[in-house]
Amino acid sequence: MRRGPAVVVANGSEGEPASEKDKLLLTQAPHLVLDGVLLAVRAVGASEAVIGVERGTRALQIVSDAIAERADLEASVPVRVVEVPRHYVAGEETALVHLINGGEAKPTLTPPRPFERGVNRRPTLVSNVETFAHLAMILQWGPSWFRALGTGDDPGTALVTVSGGVARPGVMEIVLGTPLSTIIDAAGGPTGGIQGVLLGGYYGTWIGPDDVRSARLSNADLKPLGASLGCGAIVVLPAQACGLAETANVLTWMAGETAGQCGPCVHGLAAVAGAMRDLVAGRAGTDTLDQLHRWAGQIEGRGACRFPDGAVRLLRSALTVFSDEVSSHLRRGPCTGAGQSSHLPIPASEQTWR
Amino acid sequence: MAMTHRLKLDIITCDGRGLCADLLPERIALDDWGFPMIDPAPIDDTLMPHARAAVAACPVLALRLERNVR
Repeated sequence: MRRGPAVVVANGSEGEPASEKDKLLLTQAPHLVLDGVLLAVRAVGASEAVIGVERGTRALQIVSDAIAERADLEASVPVRVVEVPRHYVAGEETALVHLINGGEAKPTLTPPRPFERGVNRRPTLVSNVETFAHLAMILQWGPSWFRALGTGDDPGTALVTVSGGVARPGVMEIVLGTPLSTIIDAAGGPTGGIQGVLLGGYYGTWIGPDDVRSARLSNADLKPLGASLGCGAIVVLPAQACGLAETANVLTWMAGETAGQCGPCVHGLAAVAGAMRDLVAGRAGTDTLDQLHRWAGQIEGRGACRFPDGAVRLLRSALTVFSDEVSSHLRRGPCTGAGQSSHLPIPASEQTWR
Repeated sequence: MAMTHRLKLDIITCDGRGLCADLLPERIALDDWGFPMIDPAPIDDTLMPHARAAVAACPVLALRLERNVR
C-alpha cells in the first residue's frame, strides 16, 4: 500500500456549545499550540500540518497571523488553517479529515481510522489543540514537572469551561483531581443553588447534588459516576431550573445537528427529543419512559460515529438524576421551570457542511 | 484453522429497506425505524446460504459477509 509521509492535524473546531477552551487557547496562546504541532510533525515525520478552527471565531485570524510569524514553521513543513463549519459532529476526527480532503464535515465509516488512512489517504495524527499545547509544555519543562500536578492516572492540568448558574463563568486551567466544588467556588460559586451539573458538555453526563459535592475532576474519579471530563465543559444547573426541560432542549438541538447519514441517529434522536418534549409539557403517556429507554438501547452504538451515543448518555443520565422531576411531570404535567429560558446554550445550526 | 463469517453493516449506506431481516431473522432484527440491528455472533454453516441471500438482496450493497480466519 502506498502511504507517503504522515500528516498532523490539530483539532480546534470545538463544536460543543458549552465549551470555549479551544477558542481561548488558540486566541491566547497560538504559538504554544504551534510549538506542539511542530514537535508532533518531527516525531511522526510529517510533511504537512493542518489546524482546524471553528468558523466565525477570532481564533481564525489569530492562528493565521501566528503561523505567518513563524519562520521555523515555514522552514520545516507547511502549516495551514482550515475553517470548520459550526456543527457538533464536524469536530469528530473522521469528519475533520473528510473536510480537509475537500468533502463535507461529516463523519465517515471506520475503519479506516485517520491514523490508517487520513488526509490525502496518508497516515494522519489527529489530536485536540490542548494536547499539542501540553506536548510543547512537557518538552520545555520535562515529564516530572508535568507529573508534579494531578493524579497518577490523570497527571497534569486541563482546561475547563464553567458556565450556567455560577457568578463568574469562564475558562480555567485546573489541576486534575481537584474537587468539583472547588472549581464551582473558583467560578464565583452557585448563583441559585445546584440541582445538578452537566459534565463533559452535551456529549456528557448529568450528575446530581450529592455527587457534585463529592466528585473530583479526573477521569478515574468520574468513571464510577458514569461520567468523564470529556471536552471539559461544566454546566451548573440552578435549583429552580428544570433539568428535563434543559435536556429536552439540548436533545432537540442535537437531533437537528445529526449529519443525516445513519438511520438510527436521524430517526432515533428525533424520536427521543420528541418524547422528552412530551414529558416536559405533560403530554407523556404511561409508556413514554419505557419507550425512551427502549429507543436509547436501539440508538446506542449504531452510528458511524459516537454522536448518537453521546445523546443517549445525556438522556439516560437526565432520567436518572432528575427522576423526581420525571415522576412529577408524569403526575402533574409541566413544572414552573419548564417555561424558563435555557441555561444550556442552544446555538443556531449552520446550514453548510463545508 | 477454522473459518468463520460475520455480517458487517455500512450504516451510512444502509437506507432501511429491511429485506435482510426478512431473509435472516436469526441474526438481523429491525429497530423501530426499520434499520437493521445485526447480531455479531458468527454465522454457522447452516445459516450461510441465508446470510448470502441477505447480502445479495440488499439494494444498496450496505451488507457484507466478512471472513475471519482464526
